[in-house]
This record gives sequence, structure tokens and C-alpha cells, in this order.
Amino acid sequence: MRVSPQLQIILVAGVIITLGLGLTLYKKFELGFPLTPGQQQVVWTIESKISFKPVGGPLEIAMVLPKPQAGWNILDDHFASSGFDFLIHDVEGQRQARWLRESLDRKTTLYYKLEVYRASAFDLDNSPLPKVLAPELTADRLAAMESVISLLKQYLHDPLVFTKELLGLLLQGDNQDLAFLLARQEDRPLDMIMDILALADIPYQAVKGIFLEDGRRRQTLDTLIEIHDGERWHTFNPLSAEQGLPENFFVWQRGTKSILNVMGGERSSLEFAIVKNKLPIKTVLFMEQHLEEQLLLDFSIYSLPVEQQGVFKGLLLIPVGALVVVLLRVLVGIRTAGTFMPILIALAFIQTTLLAGLFVFLIVVGMGLWIRFYLSFLNLLLVARITAVVILVILLMAALSIVSYKLGFEQLLTVTFLPTIILAWTIERMSILWEEEGGHEVLIQGSGSLFAATLAYLLMSVELIKHLTFNFPELMICLLGIVLLLGRYTGYRLVELYRFRDLGKLDE
Amino acid sequence: MKWATPSQLRKQGILGMNSRNIDYIGRSNERRLYPLVDNKLKTKNAAIKMGMSVPKLIGVVEIQHEIQNLERLLDGIKQFVIKPAQGSGGRGILVIKDRRGDDFIKTSGELVSFRDIRRHTSNILSGLYSLGGRVDVAMIEDMIDFDPMLSKYSYEGVPDIRVIIYHGYPVMAMMRCSTHASDGKANLHQGAVGVGIDILSGCSLYAVQNGNKISQHPDTHHSFDELKLPHWDEILRLAASCYEMTDLGYFGADIVLDEKNGPVVLELNARPGLAIQMANQAGLKKCLKTIDNMKLIKQPLNKRIQLAQQLFAAQQR
Repeated sequence: MRVSPQLQIILVAGVIITLGLGLTLYKKFELGFPLTPGQQQVVWTIESKISFKPVGGPLEIAMVLPKPQAGWNILDDHFASSGFDFLIHDVEGQRQARWLRESLDRKTTLYYKLEVYRASAFDLDNSPLPKVLAPELTADRLAAMESVISLLKQYLHDPLVFTKELLGLLLQGDNQDLAFLLARQEDRPLDMIMDILALADIPYQAVKGIFLEDGRRRQTLDTLIEIHDGERWHTFNPLSAEQGLPENFFVWQRGTKSILNVMGGERSSLEFAIVKNKLPIKTVLFMEQHLEEQLLLDFSIYSLPVEQQGVFKGLLLIPVGALVVVLLRVLVGIRTAGTFMPILIALAFIQTTLLAGLFVFLIVVGMGLWIRFYLSFLNLLLVARITAVVILVILLMAALSIVSYKLGFEQLLTVTFLPTIILAWTIERMSILWEEEGGHEVLIQGSGSLFAATLAYLLMSVELIKHLTFNFPELMICLLGIVLLLGRYTGYRLVELYRFRDLGKLDE
Repeated sequence: MKWATPSQLRKQGILGMNSRNIDYIGRSNERRLYPLVDNKLKTKNAAIKMGMSVPKLIGVVEIQHEIQNLERLLDGIKQFVIKPAQGSGGRGILVIKDRRGDDFIKTSGELVSFRDIRRHTSNILSGLYSLGGRVDVAMIEDMIDFDPMLSKYSYEGVPDIRVIIYHGYPVMAMMRCSTHASDGKANLHQGAVGVGIDILSGCSLYAVQNGNKISQHPDTHHSFDELKLPHWDEILRLAASCYEMTDLGYFGADIVLDEKNGPVVLELNARPGLAIQMANQAGLKKCLKTIDNMKLIKQPLNKRIQLAQQLFAAQQR
């Protein structure tokens, strides 16, 4: 029996739409995933990369693991340690990960991924005072430090004020003694501050952790400093002299002990990649309980490495933009220059923000068209012409960036997010269109494309849609079904109702 | 200025773009058949093989080097047309109607030198006028001396007759008259006038420009009412016989009336536009459905035309 294409499409589309909806509903009702974003909780995914080069012989890598403190909670953590023996044990109340291996002959990277969120911002709790050892210093350095301390001696009775003043002095940068100490210091200013605090007999300790910023790739550990004023600890950022634990500082460890120890390896480094996700609180709580149990969750996007998660956040929005373009072309009848150009422009708008994006796009394409007209007099071959336009677009983008930066319009620097090749093709297509059909058609298709891009952008930046595409990728299967159905739509377009308006009323 | 509702359009049997693409072009035209109609040189050769009348081919320039031979090729020829084989929308067509000394006279009366003609040909070869800038070849053919009877309906251009052929049956026809606004081109969306033609008699039905009904040519001010195309049966036969040549189920044939040779095939179009419905003030889909419903196996040409003239005559609507 032969099934007509029409029926086939309807059957296939029906099956996949049901499948997509079914999966979504299963996740909603059986697994408890919320359909609406609700109240959001920022969850940071931190991927630690431990890289080192073995020197031969047995290897032992030990890393102190963070523990929940100052309001930070650890939702989940994973280790990747292929070929290593791996164990976690407690050392003086701190969890420590240990990787062991008999031998290895190439540079290696170990991974430790954790997801953390800060339920509420507490200060660090009271921990016992560490033993402060008197620093070993050369005579001239000791003299310089004592001179600094005597300069601030009226504050010595109050460790809090003393530290504030010391850091303030450092920030001003015009104290001779401090300048001398910094010039000779091979290490960071932090060590010098700690030495001065030790000399002044103020109890202090280092707070190691990470400043969390979305999209950072090669972040390293940062160190804050905290001092004890006799009652409790106070945290300072030694670089900015600000007091208090910063909101986005994830505390890894307190104390001066080193976090990473690599035995049998050299040139070891510890770097972090960071991605910020906004998750509904319900999802966060849910994941805390069930992450290991559910197969479907284990195959969700959350199980991917952080960098890929970040990429998918954007990729999963593309089908939404594509649907907008299909709807506008098939149902409304708006003409766009190319099918996917509006989607790519919309994706670029997400980076540039709408108004700056539109402005920059119009300027680059407008000037590009103008120059392209000159090129058409030269009678170049197609490939050479496109290449020339690509080069011109990059030059224009550079010029626009520099000029806007000098004039102080820093929003326009986001021009680099617009896809170069797409701009070049747009210019090429538009100029051919101009020659073949006239400026009128360029205006129609150009504004049609920008309209579609704007609409796609607005839809793609709706919080609910972001939430649904990222948490329920199954819905993409539904979109596929809808697009298949639209591909067989033979009804009238909206613009045709206007175009043929007189024909529709022939009987009257 | 009120919009029509979908049900009104459906009742009139208006063909929409989505339906044209899926139900007619997609279903009846195989992709492999397109190159024959998209390349005017291939169309012409196929038409000559079928014994159909076409504008006489004077020569073809395929590579830049051959432009040197152009002068010898055109020696003694006073009237000719140079056009790209894959041009679209009438672009890159140069019409020479006479010579004066070493110079050539365009239809508009403008003088051009031989160097201009050489450069124009070179531009055609490098793809300046073809879709997407593809490398092209230049065709040189006889100029069409269109029937003087039609000259009052056209301004600075050749009026052509578009006939929609569905499975070999001529279903709808219109004459396209260039205007000042369309810059001598016969494309409706550029401002040319479309005149609906009765399939039975070849008489004019309505005239539209930019979607609005008009009664006389905007430049020559001649009324379209008295227009009756000469050689109408011959035009229909020629257009419908292109079906045997191309195997396309749905296409538009563009025919021109030459003073000496009668109707000749200018080109074919595998994706004919929808504006013909406005020139005829009637829906195409109605006609196309009639043919679908007849479920006719292949009929000879005469039978098809006879049937189409009965079915689609204006008084039937």
C-alpha cells in the first residue's frame, strides 16, 4: 500500500510531536522538573584543570577539595581520572583528592568539576587562630617594614583599622618604603602584606578561592586575606583594599597550605573554566537529591563538560530563531535575504544588544554596499569579489571599533560579534539584488531580514524560552514536527490576502 | 482597501505561492529538467530540433577570446540582439536596430560604438547579468520586428505573450507590455502592464499595472479594449507544443509575434509568477484543478488545444 506524501508527513510529524511532548511531560510530572523558570538560582559550574608534565617515576597528585562555607553549597562534583588510581580521604577535617599512578610519560590533564551555588551570603565562620611565625627577612627589608609600621602606629591597637590603612597606603602607591619592598619582592604584594601583618603581631590567614565570572576559561586561584581583631575574622581584598567577602568569590580553602601538590611531575598548573547558569530553585533542590539516580538526567545537557554546556545554551536557541523565519516566510510571506541570515544576525544581537546591533549592522552593510558598487565596475570574478568584500568588512569593523572607542561609544565595540562572512554575503547578495531588481527590492528584503532577526532575537531572549530550550531539549523534536508540517502548508500567505484582495471579491 | 479572506480566495480558485511551489511546481516539474529552460541557448536548440520557430541565432560567444571574431560575425548585419543565455529579468539584453557609419543605434535611439558592444559581450561572459554571477555565454540573434499592430501597446520594448501550460494544456494567457516605468522591460513587478487574454479568441480581457486595473496604456494611451491578438491559434499551438519539448508539467511559455515569421518562442519559465491571475481577474487553481480532475492520459496537441479552448474560454468563468 502506498501512503501519500501528505499523509506520511502528517503521521511522522504527529509521532515526533507526541514523542517530544511526552518526554517533556514525563520530565515535568515524574521527575519534577519545573516548566516555568520560577525563582532563579544562580548555579556556577567550575571545571578545574590540573595539568602537569611527569618527570618519570611514580606520580602522586593531591588536591585539597573545597568544603561548603560562607553560604556556598556544593551541588555536585565529578572527577575525571583515566588511568589513575583515585581516592578521596579526610586530612585534618578537609577532604582531599588523591590521584596515584606508577608511571606516565606524557603531559597530562586531570579534571575536577563541581557545581556550586550560594544560597545566602554569610561571612566566614570563626576558625581557630593559626600560629603566626615571625618572618625571616633581610635587614633592609625589616627596616622598611618597621618604618611602614611606625607610620601607622597610631592604629596598632585596632588590627581592623591598621589593615585598612595599610592596604589603603598600598593602593595609593606613593609610600617610599612600600615601593622599595615591592620593587625587590619577587613574589606578589600579598606576601609582603602578610609579612608586615606578622611583624605587627596581627593574626592573619589567606583565603584561597576563585572570582566567578561567566564564560571565563583560564581563571586561576585568587587569594584574599583575613585578619582577626580578637573577636572575629575580617576579610580584605588585598588588591582593592575592600573589606568583606565579595559576593562572587567562591572560597576554596582558608589558610596558607597549598591546594595542589604534584609529586613526580613538574610545571603543574591549576586553571578553572567557569559557566554561570540560572536554574530554577526547584531544579537545584531536585538535582541535589536525584542526580545519580535518573538515566534521563544522566543523559541531559547538564552532564556535559562546562564549556560545551555554554555552547549548547546558544545552540539550543537556534531552532527557535529558525522557526520564526519559517513562519514569517511561509505563513506571512515576508521576503528575507537568505534563510539563515536573520537567525545568525539574531544570535549576534544577543551579544551586541538590539539597538547597538541594528545600528552597527546598518552602518557596515550600508558602507559595504557603497564600496561594492565600485567593485562591480571592475568586473571581478565572483570568488575574488566576495573575498574583497570580506576583507573590506573586516576593515570596516576595525575602523568602526577604533573610531567608536576613541569617541567613547564602547557599546559599538561589540561589532566583532557580528559574523563577518554573513555580513560579506549579505552585502554581496544585496548588491546583486540592487542591480537585478532595483533598490526597492533591496529595501523590502533588507527590512524583511532585519524584522525577522529582531523578532527572533526578542523571542530568543524571553526567559521562559531560554529555560525551556535548555532544560527541555526534547521540545526541539516538537519543533522539528512543526517545521515538517509547515513545509507542506499549501494555504495562502498573509501578504497574498492583500495582493489578491480584488480577486477575492469578484462575485460581489 | 479591505483584505480578502482565505475563504474568498479559495472560492475564486486563486493560486497562492505555497500551493504553486508544493502542489504544482514540486509535483509536476522534475529538477533535472530545469537546465533546459534556465539556459536560453539550450531551449533554443531543443526548439529548433522540434521544428518550432524561434528568433534566428546569428552566433554564440562562449569565451572572451572569441570576442575578436565578433566584428566578422556581425559584418553586414544591421539589426541584432545580444543577450546572456542565463540572464534573468531581461537584464543584459542589448538591442541594435540600425547602423550609422561605424556606430550602432539602440532601440532608444542612442548611439553606441563597436567598443561598447565588445565590452557588453565581455560583461555577459563574466557573469555580470546571470543569476549569482555564474559564468555565462552570449547569444546573438536576429532582432524581432514585432507585429506593428502591437506597437501601440508597448513603449520602448517588445511585448510578449505568456501562456501557462499545465500538462500540455494552455490554461491561461496574458500579454506583457513594457512601459516607461518598467524601463522597456516586460516584467510585471517592475511596472509593466499585464493584459489578460481569452484562451478561446485571443481578445483582451482586463489590463493591470502594479496590481491595479487600467483601461489604456499609460504611455501610448491606447485603449486595450480593441486588442485582439493575430495568429492566436498558432500562438497557442506553439506554446502548448513546448510541453513535448521540455516534459515539464507546469511552466510558462513566452511567445513573441514577429512581423515576418509569426509567433516565435522567446523563452520558457519553470517558475511562472502569479500575477497572470490579476490580468485575467480569475484564479489559476480552478483551471489547474479542472485538468487534474479530468485524469486524461496523454492527448495529441490538437485535442489538447481544442479541449482547453472549450474549458477555459472567458465566458465559461
